[in-house]
Amino acid sequence: MTAKTVTLRVWRGDKNGGEFKTYETPVDEGMVVLDVVHQVQATQAPDLAVRWNCKAGKCGSCSAEVNGMPRLMCMTRLSDLPEGEPITVEPMMAFPVIKDLVTDVSWNFRVKERIKPFKPRKPDAPDGTWRMDQRDVDRVQEFRKCIECFLCQNVCHVLRDHAKHDEFIGPRYYVYAAALEMHPLDTEDRVPALKEDFGIGYCNITKCCTKVCPESITITDNAIIPLKERVVDRFYDPLRRLFRVFSG
Amino acid sequence: MAEYTTHEHDVLVIGAGGAGLRAAIEASAAGVDVAVVCKSLLGKAHTVMAEGGMAAALGNVDDRDSWKVHFADTMRGGQYLSSWRMAELHAKEAPDRVRELEAWGAVFDRTKDGRILQRNFGGHRYPRLAHVGDRTGLELIRTLQDHGIHQGMKVYMEYTTVRLLTDGGRICGAFGYDREKGRFHVWKAKSVVLATGGIGRAYKITSNSWEYTGDGQSLAYHAGAELMDMEFVQFHPTGMVWPPSVRGILVTEGVRGEGGVLRNSEGRRFMFDDIPDNYRSSTATDPEEGWRYVTGDKNANRPPELLTRDHVARCIRREVKAGRGSPHGGVFLDIAWIKEKIQHAPEHIKKKLPSMYHQFKALADIDITTEPMEVGPTTHYVMGGVRVDPDSQMSTTVPGLFAAGEVAAGLHGANRLGGNSLSDLLVFGKRAGEFAAKFAKDNGAVGIHDEQVQEVAKWAIAPFERDPKNNPYAVQYELQDLMQDKVGIVRMEDEMNEALGELRKLRERAALSGASSNREYNPGWHTALDLDNLMVVSQAITMSAIDRKESRGGHFRDDFPDKMPAFAKHNAVLKKGADGEMELRRVETIALRDDLVQIVEDNK
Repeated sequence: MTAKTVTLRVWRGDKNGGEFKTYETPVDEGMVVLDVVHQVQATQAPDLAVRWNCKAGKCGSCSAEVNGMPRLMCMTRLSDLPEGEPITVEPMMAFPVIKDLVTDVSWNFRVKERIKPFKPRKPDAPDGTWRMDQRDVDRVQEFRKCIECFLCQNVCHVLRDHAKHDEFIGPRYYVYAAALEMHPLDTEDRVPALKEDFGIGYCNITKCCTKVCPESITITDNAIIPLKERVVDRFYDPLRRLFRVFSG
Repeated sequence: MAEYTTHEHDVLVIGAGGAGLRAAIEASAAGVDVAVVCKSLLGKAHTVMAEGGMAAALGNVDDRDSWKVHFADTMRGGQYLSSWRMAELHAKEAPDRVRELEAWGAVFDRTKDGRILQRNFGGHRYPRLAHVGDRTGLELIRTLQDHGIHQGMKVYMEYTTVRLLTDGGRICGAFGYDREKGRFHVWKAKSVVLATGGIGRAYKITSNSWEYTGDGQSLAYHAGAELMDMEFVQFHPTGMVWPPSVRGILVTEGVRGEGGVLRNSEGRRFMFDDIPDNYRSSTATDPEEGWRYVTGDKNANRPPELLTRDHVARCIRREVKAGRGSPHGGVFLDIAWIKEKIQHAPEHIKKKLPSMYHQFKALADIDITTEPMEVGPTTHYVMGGVRVDPDSQMSTTVPGLFAAGEVAAGLHGANRLGGNSLSDLLVFGKRAGEFAAKFAKDNGAVGIHDEQVQEVAKWAIAPFERDPKNNPYAVQYELQDLMQDKVGIVRMEDEMNEALGELRKLRERAALSGASSNREYNPGWHTALDLDNLMVVSQAITMSAIDRKESRGGHFRDDFPDKMPAFAKHNAVLKKGADGEMELRRVETIALRDDLVQIVEDNK
């Protein structure tokens, strides 16, 4: 059997700029892109910077753009890419680059701190526990599958093309807010903040986020649109506006 | 003179998995100033990979369950080498720790009457694991993370700790670097909680993430702490075996808890062929009874696939060795067969085991709802670690140093039961945080000694002064091969002695390994520094495994295949000697309290 090889074109550089560098490395059966990056790192470019943790699609660390598509490198198999062609890997575009494939995603962590945390209602039972029906938690559980890979943030044009990071929290945090708002036990109200501070109006439901989600969360339909509806119901419903006029 | 930035806090928590976050939350609640230092981004720690659930005797599914049964199960699973006090605290406190997660926003799967659902798992008499499909670890870490960020703790993300600092024998902080710029930092703290997890990266085939390089065990060892039970490494019976690049990735025990069965190449359910005596009375006599058990029949006994992990792993190895394995050197794990028993089986499987379905579909082109998986043992967990006081989790020898979760020893003895890790993180993470905060309040200020800092800074920068042709990755791979081959799932005295010799040579090469380029986000440099930790834990495992001339729990000796009474009542304890060499001594286990003896007897 002749040893097959693959050509990796990987962006190398930092905030001051960089360029694609090309590496050739052997291929083993079932390999994923992250394996290729690791192999290059171990044999040719020991300082090649890449984030990863679990290599099993569970932690959401190894997000990058593979042949222009936002992907988890650990879940992208070489057999899913065009055979015989170079694989191009570059860092996520919506965040400032630190080095090579590593970007500064700290903005995401700051956003989360701005969203009001979970606040449960009083326990349902004397022993301090609650009762919830499985069918009532199904939709929240879908949102809680999120592994915080930030690929949805990366493809959202409000962030990627318009850099509205100060006014808009991005799909990840609408999913997070939806998980809280739709939590059967939660008593907090985040609807005014979604309108005023978190810029949900900027989203024009192009569903780019849903398409790239490695956890297949239906971000737009199940999280963002229902939140938009809540905002509309609260602030733009004519009857409610009338009611507000009279109630002061 | 190396430059460094000093940060001052009351309590420093190293590691931000389940144990670290739980400790930090508890310490913050006690009103002290808390910092968390973690190698990865927040929420990415290895805890995220835990699948099956967390064990707690809530009794929601079977009200015969109680802390006493959980305690007895844990002691039996650990082959009676566990710290009984830790097993007692764990069994008693786990239910509260789980309920507390719900109050912080966790959304567990539900029973029909709306309570937290519990599932069957190996070695647990009753359905005991609170879970969320097969992504319980993600639920746990996200809940702690989302709660924790509002508790006032300071988080240092992507910072690596390379040395603990001491002041007259007492802990006074830690030294490390930030990954982004490679700058040096000193955290001055009155107490330190180690919550760094395990050692799986010392082996080639492992379910563990890159972070599992034995940092905490090694940091503690160099600071004068004792390590215990390091020979007990758990090889999880079901890791993926094919294709090669995914070898070792975990296949949750939940597959078997939901009715999955193990078969050899002849189609035989070989787990029925070898049932240990102490589990015979609680194991199903035929497949029909096993199925009744996993579907909730309280009068049925569990199928043999749900025996403890050490046993199942060895049975799989036996089948493979006897030539009855699967094409790629594993055995078959079949959940698809349940379509004979229930309607809509594919939908049921996808609902109960979504990430397993996704993992096999994406990485191996296998649809687990229609065909069996190929699985084999993978390095999963170390039962041993830092020897601690069972109540406070403080190191037995270093005041102010605490350890919780996988990095600590005691709870699991010779073998850990599935599901007892997530509950361990919560119970002892909380305790470590509580007692570390108390220690910080009760004890005065500490001083950092600059010469200590300069010495470690010099060591940390040294790889840049050496030839980068001495490749740290190559040393790491060779170490992994060595431990896999010679100190792995089946061990022999002569091979382990060879391993000790080879470890010495690898350690010399590690000390010569170099780094190129500069200090900014440089994985080659990080790997060179991590090697020392891997060497310490590899030596600790090997020395302890040589000393235990019997087979027990996760430790299996081909030259001593049976359990020996002479080894039933001591733990191996390691410490750095005055000459800098690792020293081993045997320490008698403490006899069980009378009431606990009775509980063990009642639940035999």
